[in-house]
Amino acid sequence: MTEEIIIAGFGGQGVLSMGKILAYSGVMQDQEVSWMPSYGPEMRGGTANVTVIVSDERISSPILNKFDTAIILNQQSLDKFENAVKPGGLLIYDPNGITRQPERKDINIYSIAAADEAAKMGLSKVFNMMVLGGFLKLKPIVKMENIRKGLEKSLPARHHKLIPENEKALTIGQDLIQPVHVL
Amino acid sequence: MEEKFAHPELRTPENLVYKRTDFLVDRPLSYCPGCGHGVVHRMLMEVVEDKGIGSITIGISPVGCSVLAYDFLNVDMLGAAHGRAPALATAIKRLWPNRYVFTYQGDGDLAAIGTAETIHACNRGENFTIIFINNGIYGMTGGQMAPTTLPGMRTSTCPYGRDVGIMGHPMKITELIAQLPGTYYVTRQAVHTPAAVRKTKKALRKAIDCQDLGKGIGFVEVVSNCNSGWKMTPVQANQWMEEHMFPKYPLGDIKVDGELVK
Amino acid sequence: MGELRLMKGNEAIAEAAIRVGCDGYFGYPITPQSEVMEYLMAEKPYETTGMVVLQAESEVAAINMLYGGAGTGKMVMTSSSSPGISLMQEGISYLAGTQLPALIVNIVRGGPGLGTIQPSQADYFQAVKGGGHGDYYTIVYAPASVQEMADFVKLGFDAAFHYRTPVLILSDGAIGQMMEKVYLPDPIPRRTEEEVISQCPWASTGKPPTREHHIMTSLDLDPAGQERLNLLLQEKYRVIEEKEVLYEKIDCDDAEYVFVAFGLSARICQKAVHLAREQGIKVGLFRPITLFPFPKKPLQELGKKVKGMLVVEMNAGQMIEDVILSVGFQIPIKHYGRFGGIIPTPDEVFRMLKEKIIGG
Repeated sequence: MTEEIIIAGFGGQGVLSMGKILAYSGVMQDQEVSWMPSYGPEMRGGTANVTVIVSDERISSPILNKFDTAIILNQQSLDKFENAVKPGGLLIYDPNGITRQPERKDINIYSIAAADEAAKMGLSKVFNMMVLGGFLKLKPIVKMENIRKGLEKSLPARHHKLIPENEKALTIGQDLIQPVHVL
Repeated sequence: MEEKFAHPELRTPENLVYKRTDFLVDRPLSYCPGCGHGVVHRMLMEVVEDKGIGSITIGISPVGCSVLAYDFLNVDMLGAAHGRAPALATAIKRLWPNRYVFTYQGDGDLAAIGTAETIHACNRGENFTIIFINNGIYGMTGGQMAPTTLPGMRTSTCPYGRDVGIMGHPMKITELIAQLPGTYYVTRQAVHTPAAVRKTKKALRKAIDCQDLGKGIGFVEVVSNCNSGWKMTPVQANQWMEEHMFPKYPLGDIKVDGELVK
Repeated sequence: MGELRLMKGNEAIAEAAIRVGCDGYFGYPITPQSEVMEYLMAEKPYETTGMVVLQAESEVAAINMLYGGAGTGKMVMTSSSSPGISLMQEGISYLAGTQLPALIVNIVRGGPGLGTIQPSQADYFQAVKGGGHGDYYTIVYAPASVQEMADFVKLGFDAAFHYRTPVLILSDGAIGQMMEKVYLPDPIPRRTEEEVISQCPWASTGKPPTREHHIMTSLDLDPAGQERLNLLLQEKYRVIEEKEVLYEKIDCDDAEYVFVAFGLSARICQKAVHLAREQGIKVGLFRPITLFPFPKKPLQELGKKVKGMLVVEMNAGQMIEDVILSVGFQIPIKHYGRFGGIIPTPDEVFRMLKEKIIGG
């Protein structure tokens, strides 16, 4: 099993930390992982993206131009990465802030209204975990118990009290995700 | 040793008035006759001997006339790149806090190319000693203008005299670093008379003693001559130094026990 | 195997430094490697192992702090990125000339000039061909993973002390910033002062009455003496070339064509090897791990077996000179490079292999 994922959105949406939790969860179940961020000034309020690879084998290139899954959190990222999804692959987007719907017909497309739901529930901080929950419902590449371990490892100890909230968000995300176009 | 002296029979304990410290290597100095470096070398090593710290002292020589100071000072030494001695000393003192560390630098080394290293080491309040020889000229490279060259003073790169409108002003870096909270003892001395030499030795002792307190840099400027670079006899050079250098670079303590006194 | 963590390459270097008993880190912030010092300052090893961590006023000061520390036998390191490493060349030349051990990490970004903060491999020549003034080399390790970032800290210090020479880790912004699994080395205590003195009997640690004073300098104004020093250095480099070569071959046994690439480029080419083999094209990868000493002989041997080589670098063609010097002109050897922080993709380098080597 090798899953090659791009997560992209605005800086501050938790793009990098979502990728980190996913990568750490992979480590917890003894898989090979890589987490390759875009870095630099664009991180500060601009677009941010991270390539996460989870695999049973040694990972070759951490830099990719085709992905099994794209998780898209703003319009710029949709424009940039829609065509980078492999045929038959998966595109998940949050409709909040999306002005043009994805157009590909050769991939599976799901939407997850996590930003709205998180705001409604006062859980904006764990919005990214809702999205991750939605992804894991479709592709359960890591087990929930390992996500918890991944959270423990990737969050500083002073934030461990937030783990239950994160887990709740994961569950909500699983219910929230909706098919848009399924092959 | 003995055969070096014309009258070995006179070398008796009752006749002994002066003995060169063993912390000076027994070899001829490479400095010009009349230069102040040799005297400062001797005073510094006498302080090391008096204090009994020879085996735990590490010195850093600069680039300039005293680049070869390590050949004469009989303690463990490092030769720094031009201006970088305070960076070396910073690391050594932090890595070996129980060692006594000093830099020995000229005006070009300390106040031109090494200004940043000097100021930042002083500002961090490092606990080593800086010995700064100011003769207003680049001696080793053949008498070029230094940051401390006086207005109107002739050097090979200001052959018509230093024009401050073009070449800038002499830098009083000692006054400058005295302003920094990281310096604890800052003084300016000379070695042109026996009295001045004695004062310089006391100043060196005090500056080395600063390392016992751990309250920051001990800094000793020695205004010295460069009779070769100034193109004078040693006697003329000392007179010229008193008449021209001292008014610009007045002798005396500038900061004592962390407090400005001038 | 030591403790398992998910870390950035920059963090792995910092954590490994603490664990292998490094005595001092001196650095100056520059993207994309600032995490090294940030990590050390957050970990506070000065309270645990006693390792000194200091933010210098410039890269020039930082490298000269290394020179001071190294001259007293201490295990010292710095890290920077391309423009900062250019500033350090003065000190690296002094370290080489004075024969002092030190570890310097270059997390390369695109240049020339202020360039970009994105990854690049454009500092190959600077790292491998000397860098500063005078006839000298530094041993250069090129990690291709976060694990190697951690591992090469110990490897680098060991070589630096064995040969009394500065050692470079030449990485890039991507490997510095990416996270991977890393098994950290088990902690080794820092050497005591007595151990430093006995293991580095050449160092300026304070002169006991029982020995002559030590002088750490590269200066010898006597031409005959300076020539002797240079011959000694050249003999040292010859031994290093004989003994310290490291490289990795992937799928080379039956390969008809090979990529030659180091660091991040090698990872990308490894993926391209998979893509090629999926299409039934026998492609392999030769990855130099030490760039100096360059793996001349193994590459020469490989050159006798394959039909062509594509050298992939994130620069305008630097390592290709060493590849051609090793292999000669019997087979086509071409270069493919991207610049300015652009990272080539696996598809792209596979296409270039077909265009430049297989098709040509």
